[in-house]
Amino acid sequence: MKEKPEALEQAVLNEYKYGFVTDIHTDLIAKGLNEDTIRLISEKKNEPGWMLDWRLKAYAGWLKMEEPTWPNVKYPPIDYQDIIYYAAPKPKKQLNSLEEADPELLKTFEKLGISLNEQKRLTGVAVDVVMDSVSIGTSFKEQLSEIGVIFCSISEAIQQHPDLVKKYMGSVVPMTDNYFAALNSAVFTDGSFCFIPKGVRCPMELSTYFRINAENAGQFERTLIIAEDNAYVSYLEGCTAPMRDEHQLHAAVVELVALEKAEIKYSTVQNWYPGDKNGLGGIYNFVTKRGICKGDHSKISWTQVETGSAITWKYPSVILKGDHSIGEFYSVAFTNNHQQADTGTKMIHLGKNTRSRIVSKGISAGHSNNSYRGLVRASKQAANARNYSQCDSLLLGDKCGAHTFPYIEVKNKTAIVEHEATTSKIGEDQLFYCKQRGIDAETAVALIVNGFAKEVMNQLPMEFAVEAQKLLAISMEGSVG
Amino acid sequence: MESTAYFKDQFEQLQQTGPQGTIAGLRKEGFEDFNGRGLPSFRDEEWKYTNISTLFQQEYNLDGEAGIEPSELDAIRLPGHEQANELVFVNGIFKAEYSCIRSGANELIVMPLQQAAEGEYKTLVETHLNQSAAYIKDGLQALNTALIYGGLFIHVLKKQEPVQVYVYHILEAAAGPVLAQPRSLIYADKGAQLQLTESYTTIGNADSLNNQVMEVVVEENAYVEYYKLQNDNSNASQVSTSHIRQIGRSYVHTVSIALNGGMVRNNMNLVLDAEGNESHMYGLYLLKGKTHVDNHTLIDNRKPNCFSNQLYKGIADDSATAVFNGRIMVQPDAQKTNAYQANKNILRSDLATINAKPQLEIFADDVKCSHGCTVGQLDEEALFYLRARGISKEKAEVMLLQAFAADILVQIKPKALREHAEKLIDKHLSL
Amino acid sequence: MLSIKNIHANIAGKEILKGINLDIKAGEVHAIMGPNGSGKSTLASVLAGREEFEVTEGEVEFAGKDLLELSTEDRAREGLFLAFQYPVEIPGVSTTNFIKAAVNEKRKYLGQEPLDAVSFLKKMKEKMALVEIDQSLLSRSINEGFSGGEKKRNEVFQMAMLEPKLAIMDETDSGLDIDALRIVANGINKLRSPERSILLITHYQRLLDYIQPDYVHVLYKGRIVRSGQKELALELEEKGYDFITDEVDLSLGL
Repeated sequence: MKEKPEALEQAVLNEYKYGFVTDIHTDLIAKGLNEDTIRLISEKKNEPGWMLDWRLKAYAGWLKMEEPTWPNVKYPPIDYQDIIYYAAPKPKKQLNSLEEADPELLKTFEKLGISLNEQKRLTGVAVDVVMDSVSIGTSFKEQLSEIGVIFCSISEAIQQHPDLVKKYMGSVVPMTDNYFAALNSAVFTDGSFCFIPKGVRCPMELSTYFRINAENAGQFERTLIIAEDNAYVSYLEGCTAPMRDEHQLHAAVVELVALEKAEIKYSTVQNWYPGDKNGLGGIYNFVTKRGICKGDHSKISWTQVETGSAITWKYPSVILKGDHSIGEFYSVAFTNNHQQADTGTKMIHLGKNTRSRIVSKGISAGHSNNSYRGLVRASKQAANARNYSQCDSLLLGDKCGAHTFPYIEVKNKTAIVEHEATTSKIGEDQLFYCKQRGIDAETAVALIVNGFAKEVMNQLPMEFAVEAQKLLAISMEGSVG
Repeated sequence: MESTAYFKDQFEQLQQTGPQGTIAGLRKEGFEDFNGRGLPSFRDEEWKYTNISTLFQQEYNLDGEAGIEPSELDAIRLPGHEQANELVFVNGIFKAEYSCIRSGANELIVMPLQQAAEGEYKTLVETHLNQSAAYIKDGLQALNTALIYGGLFIHVLKKQEPVQVYVYHILEAAAGPVLAQPRSLIYADKGAQLQLTESYTTIGNADSLNNQVMEVVVEENAYVEYYKLQNDNSNASQVSTSHIRQIGRSYVHTVSIALNGGMVRNNMNLVLDAEGNESHMYGLYLLKGKTHVDNHTLIDNRKPNCFSNQLYKGIADDSATAVFNGRIMVQPDAQKTNAYQANKNILRSDLATINAKPQLEIFADDVKCSHGCTVGQLDEEALFYLRARGISKEKAEVMLLQAFAADILVQIKPKALREHAEKLIDKHLSL
Repeated sequence: MLSIKNIHANIAGKEILKGINLDIKAGEVHAIMGPNGSGKSTLASVLAGREEFEVTEGEVEFAGKDLLELSTEDRAREGLFLAFQYPVEIPGVSTTNFIKAAVNEKRKYLGQEPLDAVSFLKKMKEKMALVEIDQSLLSRSINEGFSGGEKKRNEVFQMAMLEPKLAIMDETDSGLDIDALRIVANGINKLRSPERSILLITHYQRLLDYIQPDYVHVLYKGRIVRSGQKELALELEEKGYDFITDEVDLSLGL
């Protein structure tokens, strides 16, 4: 028979374009993790005592826990004593405005295509930027505060809004929820905080940009978003990191709270450094994201485009507590080379007439493995709960894997849960058909992949959709020859 | 607390008194494996929804030397037995004296497993016995191997007509709780045709646990139908492993029906280990009371151009629990695989639970695979339509449930068996 | 336009084409007929550049270029169009998007600016009428769930949009009922022009009732064994292929 044509053979050969390192002075603490590390972090951040106590409690819990082994990913043991738990660009003084930030830093973000100043002027997206362990600055703060919206770093929130933080932090993801969440609770360094008061529709997209810069540093950010009754917010998150030969750990926690009739839309374009084509380096992305639809008629929607990280372990979830609440999960996960992704969602139906929808699109190329893992649970009280899940996998090449692990648990007789999954590949016939129409293989694959991912891409806010589309195209570059 | 220490005594006794050789060697491996693993826990991903260790809080009688009355056997014989070969296990031990071989020696050879391992089938037994351990890595599989005794070997030879084999598993639990661990190896030779049916009956009111492992090897051009009927009493629990390997281009068709029992776990594995295999796997579970049935299936596509189709349907009523864990693997070599899986559930009570976990694991690119899984209720529109025609709600529900089951029942190809299953189900649903 | 000289081609080591010679001038319509397995579709595939086929001997000149040196997509961009016998389904990619990509890739190759949305839509409208294709079809994923007739009409529609110099119609009539055949044939006829050559590949004569060819060739066992005018097709219809193939077999000593 014919040789497998080269068209589908060649793996992605393009370089990760966000792989530069910013040359700035960084305030680093020594490697290693113990109670003193946590005290030091808390001290550096000038935290109140209750926060330190909380951290220490989480740390004590973490010590008793074991790293999970059930995900469909393989990696050598992580040495938690070989990580720097705090890295901050120096000097760390209180910034009154972004203009005061280190010009090197501002240049970094310009390179990344998110010029803070320009963004401020042009697009009307409020941006919080987190580099390594600390927030660099937040734009649009004043305008937002006029309507009561609080958008700041979590460190600032701990100082300025302790009541809100105390009330909600850990209320969705308990401090010892899982191994990585417990670690985060102990050592988290910064992140974003958003509070949308009653009846306010946040007039602009809120966005946080996460960047790991320092070597050997882990990033442990924590994000908390609260939408009070009838509030609405759309939040965007982007992530990149330099190219390094060592693996770096990213263990974030994101908590969303939606009260009555509130809606939170959370979009992620995750492009952490995935490692090189031989699987060297890259970020371990072990993230706990969970939202609770606390009030009746509330809605939480997760949209994610995942192209980065060496390993992704991430299940943005929704607890549907309020009656008539809605949870959504839209995901495109693209893996290439030696990337491994084990990602999906949990929809926990507790309230009556709750609805959830899951659309997951996995694309695997190279030697990568892409797994969807999802849980849909309809509890005894969840009368008339409805779920629809659609998980599709697309395979590019014959050395990659696509896996689907849905868990369905139903305890209410009026619940209806439907799950469908398909696996397909880009076939030689399809490629030939495109080529015969003058479309080269690369464009053809891009066309097909975009068509495949369209349903999810459509969920992204405009500003992000373009970026995500480009990202997907870049990641796929060279997937075919 | 779980009680497992007495298994060691049993193991040592078997090793000391029984013949040495292949089986004793396997027992040793099994026992070491069991010691290493212990009983499965619900923390174990494969046992997440079935807490089997609760069954081991009591000690069971392991003595297989129980007898039965002919009338007891007559009461459970399946329709069509006049044409079938009937094989009987009592408390996990194959009993030639109750069995009846009707096929000629050119069609079917039946003998104790120990005898097969010592005689002309030595190589075959060594090659194929305990292949399932590569797939099922848990303490119960190991326990069965550790205590292999009184097993069965069947060799089906090439023939135009299918050979009918009925296997009756009888557990004598009148005198106290009993643990049976039947083991069998079935070899369907090139061009053989086999219709194999297993049924399970516990006599007496004490608890019974049947920890069964059956391995079937299917050669080129062989054709195997396998039917499993589980309708035992509510104290009767089972871990029933059927491991079918298609090592030549062949056809396998399985139907597993679970109606009643205590805690039931079925491991149904199909390994498609030759090019061009075709396999169909069907299952039906209609659960009431406190019955817990966990259907754990695997279809492992290892070679190119294989086709598999799986459909499992079930209903959970009262405080019953139904678990479906269906895994489809497509190995790197298995290009051009077509694998389909569907699982449909109806939940009838808020005390009942349905847990489903369909899984696709695909390592080849040129494949067509899909799975679908639903949990829902009876079609309200259809129910209303029937009632509007004057049919009572209860009757209408039974009709719709029968219709739900019909998709699977038609897959039982021997007419006598199909009608038997239909009757059982009608009775089961209308109670 | 197209000049094929002594083409030999293999698939998986088996020789299918055993020396084909064919000249097609601008504006001409040629029909290649032949029994099943004679190599008709192989010829189409070889010309379009399907990689499974290996050309072992011979040369092909297309619009002044060495065709065999060009990649599949460059052949298309140079103006060679193949209407597939079995058009491929591509889930998720809308027909409109697909054609837009194809049109603009060609323009890019020719050093032209891409068509803007307005001109593209205008052109689409114009060509849609030609093959009586429905707007709703174009927003659906390409060929997915299309009927046999819709698929073939879509092929002719793409041909209209891409305005090729040479169109090879591979069994475009197969699987069509008489109405669909008429629509498809009308579409092709409207696309005939003095600059455009058409190569019809067919098993049956019935397509030629609608599209009058200038020349008819009979392909058998990888060679063109007879060439003539359109009357040859009628003769074939009347007598079947046997009257030619028997003769050939005889001369080959088979």
